[in-house]
Amino acid sequence: MSKFKKKKEGGLPPISTASLPDIVFMLLFFFMVATVIKEDNLLIENKLPSADQIEKLDKKNPVSYIYIGKPSANYVDKFGSEARIQLNDKYAGVEDIAPFIAAERAALREELLPKLTVALKVDSEANMGIVSDVKQELRKVNALKINYTTRKGDAVAGAEN
Amino acid sequence: MAKRSAPEVNAGSMADIAFLLLIFFLVTTDIATDSGLNRKLPPMIEDVVDPPKIKERNIFQINVNRANQIFLKADGEERLIGLKDLRAAAVKFLDNGGGTGVDACKRCQGAKNSNSSDNFDKAIISLSNDRLTKYKTYIAVQNEIIAAYNELRDREFRRDFPNLKMSYVEANERYLDPQTPPKEREDLKEKLETIKLLIPQKFSEAETKSN
Repeated sequence: MSKFKKKKEGGLPPISTASLPDIVFMLLFFFMVATVIKEDNLLIENKLPSADQIEKLDKKNPVSYIYIGKPSANYVDKFGSEARIQLNDKYAGVEDIAPFIAAERAALREELLPKLTVALKVDSEANMGIVSDVKQELRKVNALKINYTTRKGDAVAGAEN
Repeated sequence: MAKRSAPEVNAGSMADIAFLLLIFFLVTTDIATDSGLNRKLPPMIEDVVDPPKIKERNIFQINVNRANQIFLKADGEERLIGLKDLRAAAVKFLDNGGGTGVDACKRCQGAKNSNSSDNFDKAIISLSNDRLTKYKTYIAVQNEIIAAYNELRDREFRRDFPNLKMSYVEANERYLDPQTPPKEREDLKEKLETIKLLIPQKFSEAETKSN
């Protein structure tokens, strides 16, 4: 006597998964086209505010990124929950801005130097104090072209919640 | 002997491979956010020269406090203003055209209030904020100021170049788009510059207060 009877014919036919790879490839191509490789590994929370009068950042010109926000959940124990600056993959203080800009400039061709834009990616919950300090530092090193990176959206509604 | 058909390649693991790639891309990439509000910081000036005399009626003073409330001092009065009314108030101030004689503003369509700005060139928007002001409020205020300027620039752009059938913002986007033919870009640049000169963004930021 066999415990395992052969299944009777005539049940539902199995669903064909032959097109599954095609679907997944489609998704893959979508993500490859719509995204860019991460520039920096974020150590901070970075929920950008929204604004609607935005201009595209000219990618032909060099851009340096400064991130500001409170340390992400993994780092709160060590670094507290006050907003901090992140430059390249590290936490940094206000005094590190000047050497950072100098290093960014050193990597550029001379004719591109005046075109360097500093993109400030600041968390919407951060306080203006730290942002003003960074701006003051940038003025000291004469990096005057800045861009407040924002998402596209309604600024007024974004600020109220 | 009959021709043997080539054995079929098993494609069952194709989906797994594709999923693996997909997950790799999901993890290592970011949706690009490469747009924002462009601003220029004022250069550091070492020794303090006498600041130019500016009449109070030409300044639109915005002060954002630590509770993210906005105080506005303009048109000879001081009041608390909501974020959503700021744009209209800024447009009204910039477009006032209260100047007479040399300072008269031919293009302004405002109320010509003698307590408000003289002309586009004289009008200054000044913003100060507290160290505890939230960044999102600051960005919203900046956004509304830029919006006010863009609104007026759009109007004047359409008036000066009606055959382009574009607003200032659209023209600027087209100018920045690398796919626009160089000849058209040259032409647009010139037109954009005229409008920028006509309605300059005179924006001043006071240093952040620490208390």
